Amino acid sequence: MASMIEGFRNAELCSKLVRQILKEATGSYRFMEVCGSHTMAIARFGIKSLLPENIELVSGPGCPVCVTPQCEIDALFEIAEKGAVIVTFGDMMRVPGSKGVSLQKMKSEGADVRIVFSPLDTIKIAAETDKEVVFVGIGFETTAPAVASLALTAKKAGIKNISITPYSKTMPEVLGLLLSDENLKINGFICPGHVTAVTGLSLYEPVVSAGMSAVVTGFEPVDILTSILEMVRQTNNGEFKAVNSYSRVVADEGNAKARSVIDEVYYKKGCWWRGIGYIEDSGLAFRDEYAEYDAFKKFDVSLQGDDEIEGCSCGEVLKGYIKPSSCSLFGTACTPESPVGPCMVSSEGACAALYKYS
Amino acid sequence: MCLGFPGQIVELEDIMATVDIAGTKREVSIMILPDEVVLGDWVMVHAGMAIAKMDPEEAQKTLQVLQEFADGLDD
Ligand code: SF4
Repeated sequence: MASMIEGFRNAELCSKLVRQILKEATGSYRFMEVCGSHTMAIARFGIKSLLPENIELVSGPGCPVCVTPQCEIDALFEIAEKGAVIVTFGDMMRVPGSKGVSLQKMKSEGADVRIVFSPLDTIKIAAETDKEVVFVGIGFETTAPAVASLALTAKKAGIKNISITPYSKTMPEVLGLLLSDENLKINGFICPGHVTAVTGLSLYEPVVSAGMSAVVTGFEPVDILTSILEMVRQTNNGEFKAVNSYSRVVADEGNAKARSVIDEVYYKKGCWWRGIGYIEDSGLAFRDEYAEYDAFKKFDVSLQGDDEIEGCSCGEVLKGYIKPSSCSLFGTACTPESPVGPCMVSSEGACAALYKYS
Repeated sequence: MCLGFPGQIVELEDIMATVDIAGTKREVSIMILPDEVVLGDWVMVHAGMAIAKMDPEEAQKTLQVLQEFADGLDD
């Protein structure tokens, strides 16, 4: 498999694909990626520089950190201030609160913050302390099964000092919102490979019915270029279908076991997306049987505040209206070292990806 | 947290597996993996969980189709 990865980075194959795209792309096209890892891969491999001007790639709301509302992020700091041990993925460390704090800063000032690879590592941490241990449960369908497994495992073992911030979000509803957005003239979606590994291809039926292409693909240059060629062809023919170009990882039907773990712990509930607004059924909330694992309930946090950051255009960036470089703060007041908006904070954010590789 | 890592299974015990991810050994849960796995299999790992079994044959097939397609293009 390792040598296989080389195959998907093959320079000659890439240049042939690019040449074919140039030949077939006779119209104008706008494609959106809705996965932070695609945003990073496109920036890292310089894909945009290989494409002609009539093919525009825009980033959508694919970074979970970027779309989590400020008041919910602030709630995490409120919990940390109450003395809880915070367990998190590394991406969350630098995310600023509205009062300028971050987990990184709190840790340097003595708060107990642990970075883990897996939500399940929280079990071990909780066993070694009497303190409350809070896992930062952020992510889409790909991460939600892992976070749900933590609640499942904790409940089975009767562990009481664990709770989870209910940040998980799901893709179909935000995709639906993008489809109905008349300002956004998209011809196709580069679909998130690993989200689809869980949801399956059926996630994209509405995309196809709306007259756009949907290609599920991996994260290597050959993968991305193949998906672009496929979308150009579908747009040219006016015949749209969901295609799985990532069959080495994604089964068309997704992962039913992962979905059932999500269903066991969560139900779908409306929630706020930063920069985008409230979307019905787009979040995952704990079922009554798992309510004791909801950190916001356990710590009785206030979820109030304003999401607007002056001068930050993250909302427009997340909806694909503008490119990060069109934000007046990009690269000047807002850099990865001192981020103003969430899209610059997370390495998967559109602004951070563009900054790093431009 | 959305990054996925391909890893090869080097140890298996019940619902846990040790996988080799680019030379680093990690303990991952295979609790939500839909397919049976054996030592040597490749899995896609997300947030400490194997979410899908990877299929080297499919990878080979995809590359082959692409290569044939590319070879058929006139330069
Ligand atoms: S550059 Fe900074 S301020 Fe501007 S949209 Fe991106 S994150 Fe927000």
